[in-house]
Amino acid sequence: MVKQAIKMKRLIKAIWVFNWFNSCGFAEVVPIAGSRWDMERFGIILTGTPRHADVLFIAGYQTFKSMKRAQRICEQMADPKAVIALGACTMSGGMYWDSYNTVKRVSDYIPVNIYVPGCPPRPEALFEACEKIFQHVRAMQ
Amino acid sequence: MTTLTFGVILGAVIGPIGLGLFAIFCGLLYKGFDRKIAAHMQHRVGPPIIQPFLDVSKFMIKDTVQPERALSWLYNSAPIICLASVITLLLYLPFGNLAFTPVLSGQGDVILVLYLLPIPALAMILGGFASSSPIATVGAQRKMITMMSYEFPLVVVIISIAWKLNQLYPGHSVFSLAFIYSHPLWGEMGLLGNIGMLLLLLSLILVTPGQLGTVPFDVCEASPEIAEGLVTEYSGRNFALFYLSDAVKTVAIGTLTIVLFFPYDICPVIGLDGPAAFALDFLFFLVKLFLIVILTVTLPRTATARLKISQVLMSYWGITTGIALLGLAFIVAG
Repeated sequence: MVKQAIKMKRLIKAIWVFNWFNSCGFAEVVPIAGSRWDMERFGIILTGTPRHADVLFIAGYQTFKSMKRAQRICEQMADPKAVIALGACTMSGGMYWDSYNTVKRVSDYIPVNIYVPGCPPRPEALFEACEKIFQHVRAMQ
Repeated sequence: MTTLTFGVILGAVIGPIGLGLFAIFCGLLYKGFDRKIAAHMQHRVGPPIIQPFLDVSKFMIKDTVQPERALSWLYNSAPIICLASVITLLLYLPFGNLAFTPVLSGQGDVILVLYLLPIPALAMILGGFASSSPIATVGAQRKMITMMSYEFPLVVVIISIAWKLNQLYPGHSVFSLAFIYSHPLWGEMGLLGNIGMLLLLLSLILVTPGQLGTVPFDVCEASPEIAEGLVTEYSGRNFALFYLSDAVKTVAIGTLTIVLFFPYDICPVIGLDGPAAFALDFLFFLVKLFLIVILTVTLPRTATARLKISQVLMSYWGITTGIALLGLAFIVAG
């Protein structure tokens, strides 16, 4: 158990993120990479391929078609991995709640570990989610 | 005799291990500085200096995924070949003071280094092809094209320096790196020769980002474009080995630049001697290394955008080769 805790500490210090962003989710959360919030100071960086990623960010409203891609990306990531769903759209469909093809709850299709609410979520909330995510996974196990 | 043999064997065993560990430490530290300086240039805070160490230690505990259709033995051995060949490359390079001779050295070091330099890139290309991903294949092809285009100016730079040394000191082993290190060329020629040296230095500076695959010449690993290219399928320990060999290669190429163009020590100038001088020279060497690598890798990386593959080809075959050949002409004249 202690060994696991040390391992998780190593993970939290260097989180590499892969994005799966639809619609405005991308535009609203992208400032965390910029100079005002600068996620690199916590060791969080964006990566181009799911194989290198520890955390999958899902944001924006998801359709059934895009959910298939998200599932494949999630399967391609190497363990230990976690999925963070951002924004109101992933929790309830958001403003597209009555659309015929919008996924209302992402966790029906993909093992989401943490939801970050908000439209869009604040960058601070996102950092907090990144900090808590692996502790959360360990507690669930 | 027995003790001598024992000492030689001990040196041959401890040398590579010690040098490898030192170069990994130095390279990762440089990567930390690189990210910090790049962040400050973009008005960000940036990660802590030890962030690359944290990254590597994280990758060591990650799962190592292997694609189903990958050629298993080649896929798994490519990162090891990559790191091993870079550390072999280091064994021929003189680090700092000449008292600290290379672990392996001989008559034709420079030629050997020229042949060893492409091997890490070749290992990455093999790994990319072996991972059977179309994206990695595209990355491997791009890396091959880049490699073919930057090799020629690099050869021109090294051969012209060796040629000039042979003119000045006939009968010596001019291809030995220790000899090149102990005979700086800057003051030995007239104005034309010095201009030629400047041009050669410029073309080597242009070649460096291509060698290391950093922006603006990172077409092979372009992350938003072809999803990290060559290393797209690598994860866990395999990727960590590529990361480490990238760090070590930065040290190796910085050292090569120092040996060819800035082979100056600080102690002969201030007249110090003994172990203190050795330590001081080594420190001075490290400062030189960091300055050179930051000027040739970090600044272009932050200040420019990625070129297209055709532009990379043109800038190497056209501009860089032109500058190198012009430098050769000036050196012949001076």
